[in-house]
Order: sequence, then structure tokens, then C-alpha cells
Amino acid sequence: MHLKKYALLLLALVLSTAALQAQTKHKTIKKGAAIGLKTSMNAGQKVFSQYCVSCHQADALGVPHMNPPLVKTTYVLGDKTKLIKIVLNGFNEDVEINGETYSNSMPSHDFLKDQEIADVLTFVRNSFGNKASAVTMAQVKTVRATNKK
Amino acid sequence: MKNRKLLSLLLPVAAITSFILFNACKDGGPTTNKETPTATTPIAGGGAGLKLPSGFSAAVIAEKLGGTREIAVTQQGNIYVKLSRAKNGKGILFLQQEGDKATVKNSFGTFGGTGVFVKNGYLYASSDEEVFRFKLNDKNEVINPDQPEKIVTGLISRREHEPKAITLDNDGNLYVNIGAYSNSCQVDDRKKGSPGRKGCPILDSAGGIWQFKADKLNQHYGDGVRYATGLRNVVGMDWNQQNNQLFVMQHGRDQLHDLYPDLYTVQQSAILPAECMYALKKGDNAGWPYMYYDQEQHKKILAPEYGGDGKKEGGQDAIDPVAAFPGHLAPNGLLFYTGDQFPEKYKNGAFIAFHGSWNRAPEPQAGYFVVFQPFKDGKPAGEWEIFADGFSGSAANTASGRAEHRPCGLAQGPDGSLYVTDDSQGTIYKITYKK
Repeated sequence: MHLKKYALLLLALVLSTAALQAQTKHKTIKKGAAIGLKTSMNAGQKVFSQYCVSCHQADALGVPHMNPPLVKTTYVLGDKTKLIKIVLNGFNEDVEINGETYSNSMPSHDFLKDQEIADVLTFVRNSFGNKASAVTMAQVKTVRATNKK
Repeated sequence: MKNRKLLSLLLPVAAITSFILFNACKDGGPTTNKETPTATTPIAGGGAGLKLPSGFSAAVIAEKLGGTREIAVTQQGNIYVKLSRAKNGKGILFLQQEGDKATVKNSFGTFGGTGVFVKNGYLYASSDEEVFRFKLNDKNEVINPDQPEKIVTGLISRREHEPKAITLDNDGNLYVNIGAYSNSCQVDDRKKGSPGRKGCPILDSAGGIWQFKADKLNQHYGDGVRYATGLRNVVGMDWNQQNNQLFVMQHGRDQLHDLYPDLYTVQQSAILPAECMYALKKGDNAGWPYMYYDQEQHKKILAPEYGGDGKKEGGQDAIDPVAAFPGHLAPNGLLFYTGDQFPEKYKNGAFIAFHGSWNRAPEPQAGYFVVFQPFKDGKPAGEWEIFADGFSGSAANTASGRAEHRPCGLAQGPDGSLYVTDDSQGTIYKITYKK
């Protein structure tokens, strides 16, 4: 009995999340006028699910005390060079965002291609309630060329 | 539209599959004993928003205290609780109970941290680098809150698994967990493609339980003994009075799929490896980082960073866990119940507070409950069961990981009541039983 109930609840939950996700996706796509942005967003979402989601979570709100949120923070919405460097070099210091401290280390993701980094950052900067300009492959390339760890 | 339809068709299937997988884990583990009576299912209406087995009720006796980690209840029924971060410069709270409420009477100790323990006329408390003790009077109240004695100092704390959980035995020894500042001792922590370090250097000063003298001041690493090694991180630990032995709950490694997508599916990565209970003897090795325990195969498996493929066995020199729980649930509190208030089956069994997962994403998260593991003659006997559930607030909160409350510390009161802390909102729950 209990098993069935739990299964039903889970099912309902998953269905509603799916519907919600579909809605947000729809909205974002409508706003992104350029086809380039749309392509980059789609590709970026794939990179996000492969390399980011397990720590930063599906809603990008992170994990208390451990993994920082990617929503409404200058680390994500601010200077693109700094942001690209975080992906290339990782992040190994305590960070305070909105009064909460986060301490887990982020490994370097320098094995990602320039295009993949551009896509995932464009995706994150334009999802989860974020709105900021796209990151281009050329910008990643430039930062990588002059990157000092 | 087409995609959306496909999604709504596939997602429930995935959900049900993971649900079945999750439940299948309950049958696994070294403790399985099918002949034991079936577990009681917690029911709603236990009070304080919790689901509890019938006859039990819960009350919120204090709330919004801060990051309440471990908790100790004195013979007088007074409470010491450790805050993860000092609040107004004070990291330990002293509360007194009156009816169904506990009120903060005093706060002291300038350090944040996790461990708190009362034994032999002293209150022991830990920061992430040190262990202190405060002398108690005959009512178990701290005599001089501004002048603790420093028992251990200079412990490693490197921004990963920093909390120093503590417990004491009956022979004047203090046990301190020193968590590994790494996931699996890769050259570059958590970096895809980075190999595991053979002869993992972390193990010299972390990734184990250290034993110190409970009454000697200013002890460093050199004054202590590495009591057990190969433990990635432990928060829940307790001394079993029945067989006079240290039991610990290990937080298993993360990110099998992230780091090895060709070897592990997202679903496997969500439930593997097991969160293990170990019964330790001096000199034991639990095998981290070279292996992990797979609760489905019931085997010690060679870690992929060291040549494993998810099937090859490893840890030939490592001890077996005495109980295994599904992955990433984060056991933060362990308590052997020695009281008389609860029904007989709970006596000498273990309560485990599971803080709840994060490393299951994009699969649904799980945990945020207190489990009961039955014991017989100082060993786990029979299937574990969920004892207290509902901390997260809803099934949706559990799945998303956005839990309202996260169980952390456990303590037993002099009348046999069970206390549970929540370090997310600073709640203290008191669970009682009436026939």
C-alpha cells in the first residue's frame, strides 16, 4: 500500500517537474531571438547536464555550505573573463554569496572545448532566471590563450 | 510538442525504475536477515510535521537556533548543542527544558564546529581544527565557560570534510574523525581524467579516526594514534556499550558517473556506493580511496581511479562494513539506544540521522530522515527501517534536495527520549513514546 502511494506521488512529482521544465524552456527560447543563441543554449544545456548538474543541481541553486548557486550572483552575471577562468582553472577558495559560505573545491574543466565552455556559460547566464549576454567561442579562446593559473 | 510528449512518457518510467532500485537497496547489505519481523512503517501525524511509528510522537522544543550540529543531553535533562558557525561569537548553546520547550540559558565557546559530548564531568566540543573541554559542576553545568582546556590542536581542515566529529570510550580515550580533504585522492580532486594517487598521502594525516587521551592538554598528531584509516569522512560515530567498540558511519565517495560516464549510469551513480557502517578495532583499514562498497553486488569494488571498472573487486586488506545503506544519504548522526522508554526492539539498536543527499542529481535526491537499524549482541541484525520521516516538508522538497529541515545530531535523554537536531533551520526535535 505504502509502496504504491509513494510511487504515485513520485510519478506526479516528476510529471509536474517535466511540465514546468518544458514551460521554462519554451519561454527562454522565445526570448532568444538569434538562432545562434538558441543553438548555443541547447548545446550548453547538454554540457550543463554532463558536467555541472551533480554539484550545482538541476535548479542551479547549489548545495548549502558546499556548492555555490549559479543564480543571481555576480560570479555568473558579471565579468566574463573571470567566469571563463573559473571554468578553466576551477575554484579553490571559500566563497560568500548572499551571506552563505561555500567551501567545496571545483575542479578545472580545461578539458572542455572552447565552444563547449562558451555554450555552457551562455546557457547558465540565460537560464534559471538569469539574463546576461552570451559568451562566445572567441572570448573563451582569448582567455585560454592568456590564462595564468 | 513531440519532445514534450516523449518526456512525459519516459520520465515516469525513469522515476519508477529509480524508485525500485532505491528500495531494492534495502534488501542488500551485510545485515540482511529476511526472517526478522517486517519493519513498521512510519505514519503521518507524529507531531512537529514528522511521520513516526505508531505510539511515538515528536515535538519541536526549540527552533531557529542556527546551524545546530551535534547535541548532548545531560542527566539533568539539559541540552548542549554545537553550532556550525559561532553566532554572536558563541558556538555552543546551553538549553534548559520546561514542558515541551527548551530555552537557551547560556551560550559560550568562541568557535564554530560540529562535535559535542558530555562525559566524566566534562563537556567536550570541537572546532574544525581543535578539541576543547569545559569542566562541569555536579549538575553538569559548565563552571567557567570562558576558559576551556585545549585537548587537541592543529588538526587538518582543508575545505572538504572539515567537521571533527568526536566521541569517548570508557577508558579515558577521545576519538576524533579527521575527514579526507578529497573525494577519491585523485591528483586533481574531482577532475575528470585525473588519476588516483597510489599510496594516497592524505591518509597520513586525514581519512581516518584518531585516538587521543581525553585528559591530556595540547595534543598534536604525534600524541595521538591513527586508530583506523581508509575512512573518507565520518560524522556519525558512537561507542557501543554492549561490546565496548567504536562504530562509525562513513560518507561514501561522490561522482562515479561524472568522472566515469562510460562505467556508471546516472542511475547507478545516484545509489552507489553504499553509505557504510563500520565496527572498528584499532588498526583497521576501511579501504578508501582504493575501493568502495557496492550494496547491490555485496562486494568491495576497486575504485575506478585505481583501475576499477565497477565489477573488479578491491580492498583485499580492508574490513567489510557491518551494514550498508543507499548512496549519498549522508549519515551525520549515530546513536545506540540504551534507554527504557522505547519498545524493547529499539534497545541497543542504532538510530542514524541521514542529512540527505545532493550527489544524486539529476536523479531525485533522497534521505532527510532518521533510520533505525536493529542490533543483536552488538551486531546489526535485520533490515533497517525509516524511523522518522518528513523533515524535508514534502516529497517534492526531498526530490529537489530543497529540504526544509535536515536531520544531523542525535542524543538520548535521561528518560530515554530521543533528540534530533536540524542544522538547516536550527530546530531541536524531541521524540517520545507512549504505550
